[in-house]
Amino acid sequence: MLSYLINGISLGSVYAIIALGYTMVYGIAKMLNFAHGDVIMVGGYMAYITSSYLGLPYGVAILISIAVCTLLGIFIEKLAYKPLRSATSLAVLITAIGVSYFLQNAALLIWSSNPKAFPNMVNFGTLELGNIRITSASIITFLSCVVIMVALTLFTNKTKMGKAMKAVSEDKGAAQLMGINVNATISLTFAIGSGLAAIAGVLLCSSYPNLTPTTGSMPGIKAFTAAVFGGIGSIPGAMLGGIILGIIEILSKAYISTELSDAIVFAVLIVILIVKPTGLLGKKVTEKV
Amino acid sequence: MSMLKVEDLHVHYGSIHAIKGISFDVNEGEIVTLIGANGAGKSTTLNTIAGLLKPTGGHIYFEDNSIIGVPTHKMVDKGIALCPEGRRIFLQLSVEDNLQMGAYTRPAGEIADSIADVYDRFPRLKERYKQVAGTLSGGEQQMLAMGRALMSKPKLMMLDEPSMGLAPILVQQIFDIITELNKAGTTILLVEQNAQMALSIADRAYVLETGHIALSGTGADLLKDESVKRAYLGG
Repeated sequence: MLSYLINGISLGSVYAIIALGYTMVYGIAKMLNFAHGDVIMVGGYMAYITSSYLGLPYGVAILISIAVCTLLGIFIEKLAYKPLRSATSLAVLITAIGVSYFLQNAALLIWSSNPKAFPNMVNFGTLELGNIRITSASIITFLSCVVIMVALTLFTNKTKMGKAMKAVSEDKGAAQLMGINVNATISLTFAIGSGLAAIAGVLLCSSYPNLTPTTGSMPGIKAFTAAVFGGIGSIPGAMLGGIILGIIEILSKAYISTELSDAIVFAVLIVILIVKPTGLLGKKVTEKV
Repeated sequence: MSMLKVEDLHVHYGSIHAIKGISFDVNEGEIVTLIGANGAGKSTTLNTIAGLLKPTGGHIYFEDNSIIGVPTHKMVDKGIALCPEGRRIFLQLSVEDNLQMGAYTRPAGEIADSIADVYDRFPRLKERYKQVAGTLSGGEQQMLAMGRALMSKPKLMMLDEPSMGLAPILVQQIFDIITELNKAGTTILLVEQNAQMALSIADRAYVLETGHIALSGTGADLLKDESVKRAYLGG
């Protein structure tokens, strides 16, 4: 039981890191970036190529992967989403789905559909407590998740740029009147979200070492679910939602049914949304006129 | 010297011709007001000067430089601040954070003094500096919006309907503050529906009617003008 719980927290932490990217982009740009999951996949491949083909040390491979994904995120935003800044949200949503398929098919073309065996990049042995074994990947995944959440919370609440992000998320026009460059702020958000996606990609593949062009899509959708579950737009909500989702998934795999685990995860989402439409930590924004 | 000069300005919303070739100017040190009914184009004019809307014709000069095409976020550096209609303060940020956002483009070292200045002018804001702005009353929100605009130390401050939705006693207070700001050296371009109050503090005024300037003159002259009285002053 306890080891399932630990696995759940570890998987949930990966969801949480991805969900943080979703929730930040949604919070500031008010759009659902469905290509976010595929950036994870690109992050995985980047780390794989740089370490397995180029023989670079894991640390360097991870840094390159983060850098490439950060740039990719900025690039996607400039090319695909920025021209649609004043378009309907439906057009942006469809574009995001298009970008997602584009990335998957580009990966298919470059790396083929043969799964790559991803090395465990965060393997520093296993912690044994009695008969419970905790892998270093689990511990590092959870710790990264906590560190990232705390860092993002401090960034948005304490720094000038973070506060500017909040201002842009609330009212783009008023933010511009303050001298805040809204386009640069949105770029920065995509950069942070995509950099986090790279970290999530490395951590995910280190625990589930089967890298294919569609590796990112299911975790992407689950993390989106986690973000909605925790209250989209809320940073602690994304983390809480991710971890709860991971635990539910692993426990239902262990005790109910492997096939039904995804169905159970989404069923829980539906129940939560019926009971609390804004998600667990989502705030209902009341406007005063 | 003319600080702001608007020449033959045209603005369209899609196919709707909202501003049909208006010209006016604001001299340094003045309070100039644009009055007129709903839909006359007052807010459109201010938003166009601030760069939030793109004009379809005409010229806007600030200190003799054309500012058409300058992105909104660069206007603050030029010395133009707009305190927008409906206040549009950041409801989820604290009072102090709102003020900091107002000084976004200024170096960190100068901000503390400016915040102290705003608190001197609006003691209510000081009492509530940690409070989330969404919990302030309407009058306090208007004070915060004005304080926030002041944080950029503007040469020209544009105010869009600062008296909207406020109790008469607060309206008087807001107009007193506008006069004080002007005396301290800030040039003011004021848009108001409360024509009586606006004309009483304005050096000069323009009356807008469906995208045209129908009348212009000193504030005192327009207060006495029969057609203005009939249309806007309820007498």
